[in-house]
Amino acid sequence: MTGDMDCKELVELVTSYLDGSLDPDTRARVDVHLLECDGCANYLQQFRATVDTLGKVDDETLDPSFRDRLMNAFRDWR
Amino acid sequence: MTTAASDETAVIAGLRVGDEAVYAALVDRHTPSMLRVARGYVRTHASAEEVVQEAWIALIKGIPKFEGRSSLRTWLFSILINIAKARALRERRDTEVEVMAFTGGTVDPGRFRAADDEWPGHWREDAAPEPFPQTPEGAVLGDELITVARNQLEKLPERQRVVVTMRDMLGFDSAEVRELLDISVANQRVLLHRGRAAVRQVLEDYLKDAK
Repeated sequence: MTGDMDCKELVELVTSYLDGSLDPDTRARVDVHLLECDGCANYLQQFRATVDTLGKVDDETLDPSFRDRLMNAFRDWR
Repeated sequence: MTTAASDETAVIAGLRVGDEAVYAALVDRHTPSMLRVARGYVRTHASAEEVVQEAWIALIKGIPKFEGRSSLRTWLFSILINIAKARALRERRDTEVEVMAFTGGTVDPGRFRAADDEWPGHWREDAAPEPFPQTPEGAVLGDELITVARNQLEKLPERQRVVVTMRDMLGFDSAEVRELLDISVANQRVLLHRGRAAVRQVLEDYLKDAK
């Protein structure tokens, strides 16, 4: 299957596409499809925005009393 | 690269002689991410703190024998993950097993045209995705979306949650995640893709409701 790719297939390849891990032939089929399909171009945009949003979820903070516990663990061991 | 490697050698040497400042700097740099990863396995913040503390103690004890075959960070996180995993098994948290190679689609199949359509497998006109709005830094909507994403992350199955956390929140690369979790290329990709797709879906639903 080297020809058209349908949308249903494309949506499962987005992570590989973004990671750059698709083989060149499949990548080309995705790129060609994206040129012609607004729905999939939008899906890709949504996926990128999702990854971006996940990157903004706060990290845990280091509570000072917990930090003290970790420092004490070090002192106790020495 | 050379600088990074010699920095690491200096850090390891510092830990071995019990240099508290070296240890403190390492604690400050890695502990927030370690708590985040640990939370992927255990339910409460308190449990996560215990797991992280155990990992630091294991690092202190193990550093004399550390051979530097992996980076210090990779070694530290592999210790952490082992401890967290053992703890999760004890706590018997959602014990879903292996991801199947075929797990069905990540998008509602009803959004695509049926097999007898002129364009089978393509978006139905009324179900095609719309672009997400751009949210400038600090915008109310952006903050809401972050909250929605965080809540959905909590609901993901454990392995998806851990992979998404490491890749998208903490910025580990795929090779590092595979090594740390001892999973295949395909498994890592499936877990990451399914986790992201689930978050994408709740964001889409949220934006639709907000309209």
